[in-house]
Amino acid sequence: MPKNVFVQGAIPPEKISNSIAKHQSKTSIGGHSIFLGQVRADDVDGKTVVAIEYTAYEEMAEKELGKIREKAFSKYDLTCAHIYHSLGTVKAGELCFFVFTSSAHRKAAREANRFLVDEIKEKVPIFGKEIFEDESHQWKVNQ
Amino acid sequence: MTLTIKYFGLIAEKTGTKEEIITLDGEGWNLEDIKEYFFSKYELSDNQSLQIAVNQSLGPSGSLKDGDEIAFLPPFAGG
Repeated sequence: MPKNVFVQGAIPPEKISNSIAKHQSKTSIGGHSIFLGQVRADDVDGKTVVAIEYTAYEEMAEKELGKIREKAFSKYDLTCAHIYHSLGTVKAGELCFFVFTSSAHRKAAREANRFLVDEIKEKVPIFGKEIFEDESHQWKVNQ
Repeated sequence: MTLTIKYFGLIAEKTGTKEEIITLDGEGWNLEDIKEYFFSKYELSDNQSLQIAVNQSLGPSGSLKDGDEIAFLPPFAGG
């Protein structure tokens, strides 16, 4: 089971460098793949998104993340995989999603990373309220 | 039988609540009955791309049992 996927607020860039550093003792790894999701200041009818407020159906999200992780490990020759997603408010320009896969070789690390990102976006019940500068909002829908 | 109903995101905004517990007379209620009841109560519709999970899983239908947790979910927006 993935532990502590959800992070309150933005994911600090230091978390990425710390995660990389932690893998230096795992010398069977030959390649990492990292995906970072960042909140975009979308323009909607003349208004700009300044932040996204994330919520999740956490009990279901944990179950789904567990299934997706298991599938990734059975499909690809992974050494490890780490997933973090924000809850609460994340300002435009800040990081909200961090997927880190490692393998002996680049191909598995890259493909598994893509698989995890796509599956999580599609199947994990996370909701995003896009907040505009005038404090109005709209609900984000994944493309 | 008693059911816990949960609402998220856009749906919670429409219902004005995140959770409610309902008690129904007798057994044999199915998901369609519940959907119909709450769609009409909160003026929800299928064109809102709403999905319904029973006990944290999508897709099941048919009869419900005492203690089930039903969640009304708007489109997912992770990432």
